[in-house]
Amino acid sequence: MPLLAKANQIDSVPRTPAWMLNLFWLALILACYPINRLLEANLNDYLYLVLTRICLNIVLATSLNLINGITGQFSLGHAGFMAVGAYTCGTFLQHYVGVGWNPIAAALLFVIVGGLLAAVAGLIVGVPALRLRGDYLAIATLGFGEIIYIVIRSTESIGPFKIGSAAGLDGIPKVTTFFWAATAAIITVVCVWRLAYSAKGKAFAAIREDEVAAAAMGINTTFYKVTAFVIGAFFAGVAGGLYGALDQTIDPEQFRFTRSIEIVALVVLGGTGSITGVVLAAIVLMILSEALRDLKGVTHVDLRLIVYALLLIITMLLRPQGLMGAKEIFRSRRKRNLSQPAPAA
Amino acid sequence: MPLLELQNVCVQFGGLRAVSDFNFTLDQGELVGLIGPNGAGKTTAFNVTTGVYRPSAGTVRLAGQSIAGQKTFKINRAGIARTFQNVRLFANMSVLDNVLVGFNKSLTQSLTSTILRAPIHQREDRQFEDQAIELLQTMNLADKAYAAAGSLPYGDQRRLEIARALATRPKILLLDEPAAGMNPREKAELMQLIRFIRDQFQVGIWLIEHDMKLVMTICERITVLDHGEIIAVGTPAKVQSDPAVIEAYLGEPA
Ligand SMILES: Nc1ncnc2c1ncn2[C@@H]1O[C@H](COP(=O)(O)OP(=O)(O)O)[C@@H](O)[C@H]1O
Ligand SMILES: [Mg+2]
Repeated sequence: MPLLAKANQIDSVPRTPAWMLNLFWLALILACYPINRLLEANLNDYLYLVLTRICLNIVLATSLNLINGITGQFSLGHAGFMAVGAYTCGTFLQHYVGVGWNPIAAALLFVIVGGLLAAVAGLIVGVPALRLRGDYLAIATLGFGEIIYIVIRSTESIGPFKIGSAAGLDGIPKVTTFFWAATAAIITVVCVWRLAYSAKGKAFAAIREDEVAAAAMGINTTFYKVTAFVIGAFFAGVAGGLYGALDQTIDPEQFRFTRSIEIVALVVLGGTGSITGVVLAAIVLMILSEALRDLKGVTHVDLRLIVYALLLIITMLLRPQGLMGAKEIFRSRRKRNLSQPAPAA
Repeated sequence: MPLLELQNVCVQFGGLRAVSDFNFTLDQGELVGLIGPNGAGKTTAFNVTTGVYRPSAGTVRLAGQSIAGQKTFKINRAGIARTFQNVRLFANMSVLDNVLVGFNKSLTQSLTSTILRAPIHQREDRQFEDQAIELLQTMNLADKAYAAAGSLPYGDQRRLEIARALATRPKILLLDEPAAGMNPREKAELMQLIRFIRDQFQVGIWLIEHDMKLVMTICERITVLDHGEIIAVGTPAKVQSDPAVIEAYLGEPA
């Protein structure tokens, strides 16, 4: 039932049908398979690894962007979600490949299981998010991450599954390739994009803009905030699982709050809310940090965190809304011509 | 049974009684004013009606159902929409997106079908975008559909807030000082618009407004608040000549 009895003629624009778009993304994912072969054959191990890591960095940054940038919650717990995924996937993979499971099938299963467990953690963290705002939420999520860290550090094993306490978990089968990481990156970006730029998903940004007004417009703010945490945590868990199956070894120190802050920095630098801006930041900062890693041989200190901090300070001073603000580098939506006069009221 | 009914509603902030023993009814198609000096408790009456505050005593009923202390979003879904005294738009979102947020509760798609771009998503998104544009055309805002809401001139922002509230398909619309900051021409247009909305959307309108000319011209009934207490109720003519009102409010130098 239309809201108004009489409608004006509205300019319409042709749109690409959904099945075509879905097919396009599927084709892009499939194309990553031969591309992966090509890269494996032609790149040295180091560059190949950096490319794979860039993809995982995109997954982390984009998923946090849903929570912090788009929904406007301040989470510092992303490394914690990552840890849940990494350890779940890592320990299952190690155990079941050890007893003869096919590594590829097992990895596919356990990366998803890791993501799901991280999503459960996201649900648990999302619930206090309903009560806490801003700094308080940041501290609560920081605490969550530290709890995860401490639990992992002090757990040797759960049943037959090794956790490895402070020494970490090694001997994880190497399964993650560029193909896997790129697939995860594409799926994450497409999911978050579709949520952010749909009529229904406008609710996320509405909460960021003004939570009271959003509720007064019938938005179930609780539902959307928790959903943002659950989806964001799921993809962080997936990225964690893939990291483990890439490096073959994980340890609790990797998932402390400095890691969370690194991911927050990507969102802030890219432009809180801008999906393409944050993807760009994830790419550029990964390259930068690799370049700085090489410099370490010369300077004998780890310059990465200093440079991150400097970049953040400069951004805050010169462009507090981040590289892209809330804008996208490109958006395919065609605007309709709406300049014709309104109907007589 | 009135559509909206507040009975003996009190709102207490610590030692301060912002609203006491408030009684009020509003029906579909009515246009009723709420006036009173600054700090009289008018906005608080709106806030307690929309679930921002829980009444410390009394009942709030919508179509006979108690809504006192329910969540704000549920009260909106039950049929009460509002605007805010200090405009609260989604400033960084486009004008069109602001209205689309108002349609949220009308969308039946799940977030999964949103992500998968299922047929229902496409149908609904297009349908509600068209409806949002229609609404913007009615409000004379369509040519600014893609501008950021925060970049609009003040008068446009106020009208956009009304458009966004209407998108939630309310039975009752609460307008908190919609003419504040408008020039005389905009005020005259707003007066037309409020009447038009009442007739076209078949809503009951409850209006807080400081502009006496506007209130007296368009409201059928007026409630006057002072220090949280109702000091007069009735037609504009009756209220205007009430000595208590003149003393508390109208007598004040403008
Ligand atoms: N959240 C609150 N906490 C404490 N006092 C409040 C709150 N909201 C309003 N008040 C007080 O209640 C009184 C009525 O305020 P309000 O309803 O905003 O007045 P009006 O809208 O009529 O100008 C004022 O004295 C105001 O300071
Ligand atoms: Mg007020």
